[in-house]
Amino acid sequence: MFILIVGVGRVGASLARTMLREGHEVSCLDEDPESHARLEIGLEKPWEDLGGQFTVGTGLEIEALRAAGIERADAFVASTDGDNTNIVIAQIAKRRFGVPTVIARVLDPFRAEWYEAQGVHTICPTRVAIDMLEQEVRAAAKRAAGIAPPEGPVDFEHDEV
Amino acid sequence: MADRMYVIIAGAGKVGWNLARELLEKGHEVTLIEENRDRYATVEQELEHNIQYGDASELWVLERAGIERADMVIAVTGDDEDNMLICQVAKEKYGVERIIARVNNPRNREHFDLLGVSPVVSATDLILRLIEHEVPEYGLVHLLDLAEERLEIIEMLLADDAPAAGKRVGDLDLPAGTLLISVLRDREGFVPTADTVLQAGDEILAVLDPKLEEDLTAYFGPAGERR
Repeated sequence: MFILIVGVGRVGASLARTMLREGHEVSCLDEDPESHARLEIGLEKPWEDLGGQFTVGTGLEIEALRAAGIERADAFVASTDGDNTNIVIAQIAKRRFGVPTVIARVLDPFRAEWYEAQGVHTICPTRVAIDMLEQEVRAAAKRAAGIAPPEGPVDFEHDEV
Repeated sequence: MADRMYVIIAGAGKVGWNLARELLEKGHEVTLIEENRDRYATVEQELEHNIQYGDASELWVLERAGIERADMVIAVTGDDEDNMLICQVAKEKYGVERIIARVNNPRNREHFDLLGVSPVVSATDLILRLIEHEVPEYGLVHLLDLAEERLEIIEMLLADDAPAAGKRVGDLDLPAGTLLISVLRDREGFVPTADTVLQAGDEILAVLDPKLEEDLTAYFGPAGERR
């Protein structure tokens, strides 16, 4: 499918490379021309030679979105470093251009949760980190209370005695 | 002013600060929210408890400011996405009835519309409107936009060689959805009838559907000059 990613930071660039490698058509949009270099980290050939597309512009510029191919996008990912920008451009992609799958990265769990309930699909890395930390700390608490083994998770088969 | 309102203003820049000051003077209750620490400290010296420190696009900051009981939320930060989000959340999550948003980049105006954020105020648009009024292009000036009614009131100067010059209003066959409301001729204004004969130099006020602007200028603008 055709994927449009707005915001080529660590997350956007990594997602773009993976999706391209998995055989999808990938177009990236970022206001910083230098972010193109981030796309090519670890690649054997230039991004364009591998079939990728890169456009300079912001997700609020309709012309830039069009140039990046939003009108034929099957999926749209808003992964700029601004929560509000991501929420706004995700709604533009969905409401104005009718992109079937729209995902916004939102760091603030409260905003992510509310917009998710409003039908704007959000991914909240902060929420994921909170959940993982809670699990780890809970496990540590259990170990401290003597309920679980001292070091966990334990791989008994490869454990050297 | 009639009732005392509770107004939350996001952004303590020049606009936000002055707005807060004016509203306080009129007897309203105001909370200003500013995310820049230095700016907050400066404004706090004057407004004291009427300003809070924080990012107004964070829900807890809005809740701490008492958004649930706000009569009006005004978003005038320098960031259009922030203004859009703050107003969208105020309206849809907290049911604030009146919102006003500042548009920094006039190109973003359509996004405010898309998200249902209205009315908006754009300094650039206002100044452009003033320039247009001073230096009318194609003799057409926007006087008033009635957004909800999808109507606008414009002023036109009837060009010398305009198709409508020297014609009876009744014979013009103007597009449906347009109405001439007044004519100013030799410093005297009157309401035209079907029998009024228009003259070059007449200043005409018309109410119309904005879509019909070009159709109308075909009658009143200089002959053969179309955009």
